[in-house]
Amino acid sequence: MDLGLSRPTVEEPVPPPEPERHDQRRVPPGEWVRDNLFNSVLNGILTVVFGVIVVYALFRALRFVFVSARWEVVEANLTNLMVGLYPRSALPRVWLALGILAVAAGLGAGAASRRRRTSASRLDALKRSAPALVGLLVILSFTRTPLPALLTAAVLAVAGLSWLGGSRLPERFSRRLPLVYVAAVFAAYLAMTAAGGPGIDRWGGFLLTTSVAVGGIVLSFPLGVLLGLGRRSSFPAVRTFCVGYIEIIRGVPLITLLFIGSVTIGLFLPPGFNRPELVTRGLVVIILFTGAYLAETVRGGLQSVPVGQTEAAKAIGLSPLKTTFLIVLPQALRNVIPTLVGQFISLFKDTSLLAIIGLIELLGIAQAILFQGDFRGQGLQGETLAFAAFLYWVSCYSMSRAAQRLERRLGVGER
Amino acid sequence: MAVAEAPSYRDQTRPPLWRDVRVLRVGGQIAFLAVLALVVLYLYGNLTRNAPGQLSFAFLDQPARVDIADTDFSPSQPIRDAILVGFINTIRVSTVGIALALLIGIVVGVARLSTNWLVRKTAAVYVETLRNIPILLWILFLYLAVILKLPRITEAIEAFDVIVLSNRGLNVPWVVGGANATGFLLVLATALIVALLVGVVRTRRFDATGQPHHRWLWGAGTFLVIATVGYFALRSPFALTIPERDGRGVQGGIRLGAEYSALLIALVVYTASHIAEIVRGSIQAVPKGQTEAANAIALSSFQRLRFVVLPQAFRIAVPPLANQFLNLTKNSSLATAIGYFELTRLTQQAIANGSPAPPAYLVLMAAYLSLSLTISVIANIVNRGLALEGR
Repeated sequence: MDLGLSRPTVEEPVPPPEPERHDQRRVPPGEWVRDNLFNSVLNGILTVVFGVIVVYALFRALRFVFVSARWEVVEANLTNLMVGLYPRSALPRVWLALGILAVAAGLGAGAASRRRRTSASRLDALKRSAPALVGLLVILSFTRTPLPALLTAAVLAVAGLSWLGGSRLPERFSRRLPLVYVAAVFAAYLAMTAAGGPGIDRWGGFLLTTSVAVGGIVLSFPLGVLLGLGRRSSFPAVRTFCVGYIEIIRGVPLITLLFIGSVTIGLFLPPGFNRPELVTRGLVVIILFTGAYLAETVRGGLQSVPVGQTEAAKAIGLSPLKTTFLIVLPQALRNVIPTLVGQFISLFKDTSLLAIIGLIELLGIAQAILFQGDFRGQGLQGETLAFAAFLYWVSCYSMSRAAQRLERRLGVGER
Repeated sequence: MAVAEAPSYRDQTRPPLWRDVRVLRVGGQIAFLAVLALVVLYLYGNLTRNAPGQLSFAFLDQPARVDIADTDFSPSQPIRDAILVGFINTIRVSTVGIALALLIGIVVGVARLSTNWLVRKTAAVYVETLRNIPILLWILFLYLAVILKLPRITEAIEAFDVIVLSNRGLNVPWVVGGANATGFLLVLATALIVALLVGVVRTRRFDATGQPHHRWLWGAGTFLVIATVGYFALRSPFALTIPERDGRGVQGGIRLGAEYSALLIALVVYTASHIAEIVRGSIQAVPKGQTEAANAIALSSFQRLRFVVLPQAFRIAVPPLANQFLNLTKNSSLATAIGYFELTRLTQQAIANGSPAPPAYLVLMAAYLSLSLTISVIANIVNRGLALEGR
């Protein structure tokens, strides 16, 4: 021990490594460049080659964004891109729904903020929301009247107030937050449609993209849980059916299923029954599709719950149903939350396929507006597609960062 | 004593029928199957009433009435052949795409772990940009906003004098076989076998004497010598043709159509961004103790990667990689949006021309399932070969 040769017999927790940037701050710039860019001949060459490529790519991208692109097509169609053909007179409903969602999001973020009091983690939180804020600013920069900016500010203010409220909530309430989120989603849906509001078949643009993604994940959740449980069932008949369903759906591309759904769903309904709207048909296919993928996620979660938990539940005399729904499933679902966010991101991207079957969600409308008189045949696909791509990117990037943080906070993979 | 008492003990506490686990198991499954059968029968009944006479596969022999670009397919051939052409086109874009995506993905994934700040950050930006935008948007953007915006064939761009770019697609250099092409392929095969044998001999020698084996050096040298001698002995059996613009067309090389190029490039760069994350994650997932142990027994950094880190990382990477290959194959169906004639597109075309939808879609699903199954089976075989033994 005195010689420092033997290791302590008791495992002591290893202190987490210092964050990199603390080191970097002390290093003078010259030394940093030598260490990080020119620490060997090969790295020197790589730096020069990559430097040239990066500078050229940046030059082309910036020239497109600030010089050559004709953004007026986006400017003139901003409302179309955001909500499609949603009746303009009903737009206040959209802002109301946004306000409701802002309350829920603010409450959640506020409740989570109690756990971090340091200013460094506050700075981190600001950094994390930077992409989303930049996205908002870019969208607002295309508006022609100050009204959307004012309303956005109002929604943000509501979110801020809820944040303050959320940070003062008792712990017992903040454990019920998932319920608040689901309730907020339903309330937002009601705000949009109740009392004569336009139904989902008249929504479009970014609004439809988000709604289909949120609706798809929420509505496919029960199906996914059932299929995931069924796949591990001790009943061979149930297991075979679930495996068959999951593997067939996962083996076929979504666009093929969308075609099948949009063409043949009507054929399976009783005669005299009206064929549902295209949006409904698309949503049904998306739910059936996402359910199969969720089932695999849920199965992974179920496998991560130690056998001892089931045995303990049996030992205290819980029935198989109670064991599953009170002991195993809650732990399993907690373990897969980050994976679920990942699933939501890919669903969000997959909603773009609805454009192929003729819905005017974000990608569909980005192409449809080029058939308007003013912009027809002028080759503006680059501009509208780039704008749509930017919206997708901001949403997916923010969500994937959130998933990474959740993964760290829940300590998944460290147990 | 316990044995003697057991029957009476069981008799006394036998549960009532509705709580007997064995009865419940059988009854539950029968009930499940009954409900399932009823649902299927109901849906099938509706289908036969809604679409009478649309449930036969006879349409496969009808003429396809469709023109497929870049093939000698004639519209009078049966639908069966058209779907086969689509199947082959799907495989054509998937296999090339998988190979290229794996290559780029590995390079980018390793670049994300580089010690060079610029390389690391560029790779990170590549991954985060590519994978957070839907693949369909990439396909449309590349097709509508890049390839179709290229100059017409008469003003085509000739990049480095070897690639001709125009709005009709890409023309890239290609090898064409001459008179002795088959002979030369045989020579190459022989060279490969001899090279492998040399490698085995060198390894045996190393095992016996402990002298450095340099088996890669020896093997590659043998291969090159035989191949070079064969090439000159058979008087240049293969030649490289380089595309050249020639008025309204392009001579030489091989032409990749506009749709095929857009689809292939989009699939490759998008899937590569996912593969890069898998590669990075797998390398990082190898326990640190392994690297430290390798350093402790004084392996060089190359030896550490080659014999310690990469084999373990590869084992972790195989299942998610197989998943990405599957995704690429399935995503190739999005070419429907730009009009590349793959499986989904040609089936849709057949239905638009009046084929009954339900059986046509069954054929389509079966075709994709066979592709998925093939990839899964290959992945499982590789996985089993790599699995740890004896633990």
